[in-house]
Amino acid sequence: MERLTFDLATTPLRELNTFLHKDATDGKARHVTVLNPDGAHNIAVGLDAPVEVEIVGHAGYYAGGMNKAASIIITGSAGTGVAENMMSGKVHVKGFASNGAGASSHGGLLVIDGDAGLRCGISLKGGDIVVGGSVGSFSAFMAQAGRMVICGDAGDALGDSLYEAVLYVKGSVKSLGADAQYEPMSEADIAAVASLLDQAGLDHDPKAFKRIASKRSLYHWNADANQEY
Amino acid sequence: MCGIVGLLVKTPALREKLGELMVPMLIGMTERGPDSAGLAVFGTPLAGNERKISVYSGLTEDGADFNWLGLGHALKEHLGVQVSVEPKGNHAILSFDVAPAIVKRWIAEHHPKLHILSTGRSIDLYKDIGTPAEVAARYGFSGLTGSHLVGHTRMATESAVTPDRAHPFTAGEDFCLVHNGSLSNPNGIRRMLEPRGIRFETDNDTEAACRFLEWRLREGDDLETALQKGFEELDGFFTFLMGTPDKLALIRDPFACKPAVVAETDDYVAIASEFRSLAHLPGIKHATVFEPAPEEMYVWNA
Repeated sequence: MERLTFDLATTPLRELNTFLHKDATDGKARHVTVLNPDGAHNIAVGLDAPVEVEIVGHAGYYAGGMNKAASIIITGSAGTGVAENMMSGKVHVKGFASNGAGASSHGGLLVIDGDAGLRCGISLKGGDIVVGGSVGSFSAFMAQAGRMVICGDAGDALGDSLYEAVLYVKGSVKSLGADAQYEPMSEADIAAVASLLDQAGLDHDPKAFKRIASKRSLYHWNADANQEY
Repeated sequence: MCGIVGLLVKTPALREKLGELMVPMLIGMTERGPDSAGLAVFGTPLAGNERKISVYSGLTEDGADFNWLGLGHALKEHLGVQVSVEPKGNHAILSFDVAPAIVKRWIAEHHPKLHILSTGRSIDLYKDIGTPAEVAARYGFSGLTGSHLVGHTRMATESAVTPDRAHPFTAGEDFCLVHNGSLSNPNGIRRMLEPRGIRFETDNDTEAACRFLEWRLREGDDLETALQKGFEELDGFFTFLMGTPDKLALIRDPFACKPAVVAETDDYVAIASEFRSLAHLPGIKHATVFEPAPEEMYVWNA
């Protein structure tokens, strides 16, 4: 069967997720539509197959979490922790996303057309995140690897305690976190932003973005720093 | 964890359906708060000097069999006050046209285990332990009417599971507050307020926030100024939803540690901890849905 629809108004969520974990992995459906998500938690979590899932409406917490290989579209907004711990594949939120979007993602691409809440991309471990709107405070906190493209503004303490993740921001940044710094955009940066914007389907001038990366001054303990960074 | 819900109807015709629209919102927050539930509803204010109090008898020996009509007669006999009584099991609304302090003092002396839930011209308040569905059925929430309401489902973290520690909390007249989160300085707030003659009824952290904000309003602050002082003085995690006779107000702590989502249409403004409590509302698919920003004030007029 190529295309299947699950209506969560009449079908238990567990039935959908069980299908996605078993039958979809066996290639029994390539396209799954989810109706009436109505803010339920854990929709389409832990997928491990190149299936396309379209969630029509607003998703609750952890939608698309731990995703591997699947392509998940949420036509409305997403609750806390959308695409957290994603390994590969793509999660696309057409509305806004709440706190902790893409937290700890190891791979794949998270696209949020609207705004993202606080702590977007916290502890990012290799995934890419493109936010069409603005991100809240403490985004990319302790982000270790991967890239974030922010087309709007960023809140306080962007990139606090960054490791090797790189952030690109078009709008204004309320404040940078400890050890984050602006760096010049290289040709490779411009190409990376252009590619990510293209994958996200967003139209912005890649040259208009600023690069933020780690100063690496927190990498080694400095007893003389007197807790001031 | 806890769940908060709020509903303000803009279309007068929907006032009759306020409770009916709200009950699924409250029940939708059961997983966030299964141990207690409560709600404050604001309706057409009583005239002039008239006041009403919501009273809870669940802590008395008679519980839901409490003799409410007997209480009404006793108040008339001892205070010469004409009291109208609307009993509903362990809950009653008493209306009268004297200063509420006189009635409340008499009740405290003669029925110390009766708990006064709220006082005012517009507010009726219900809260008890039990699941949201049980509490809603106990008091017939689906039949409630009015312009706006504030509700709460509780998963206790900061104080015991008892009816008086359930939310909403009230202070003064026609003011109530529900809270999702936990404050880190409620005892400091208490130590600041108690010498000013403000009396606390429980050890609950939310009560400190409620009494702090009501104190600021009584001192002459408008709601926005009081909330700004709340941001400065109240430390911890919170989404607060507050009700006054003509307003609903919402604030979130600077870290947005506790959730909130708002849906607005031409007919209503609905607030809940999570979208799943809003999904059943009429016209929700075309509502403006947004997440309120941290450290911002959202005030809606009834």
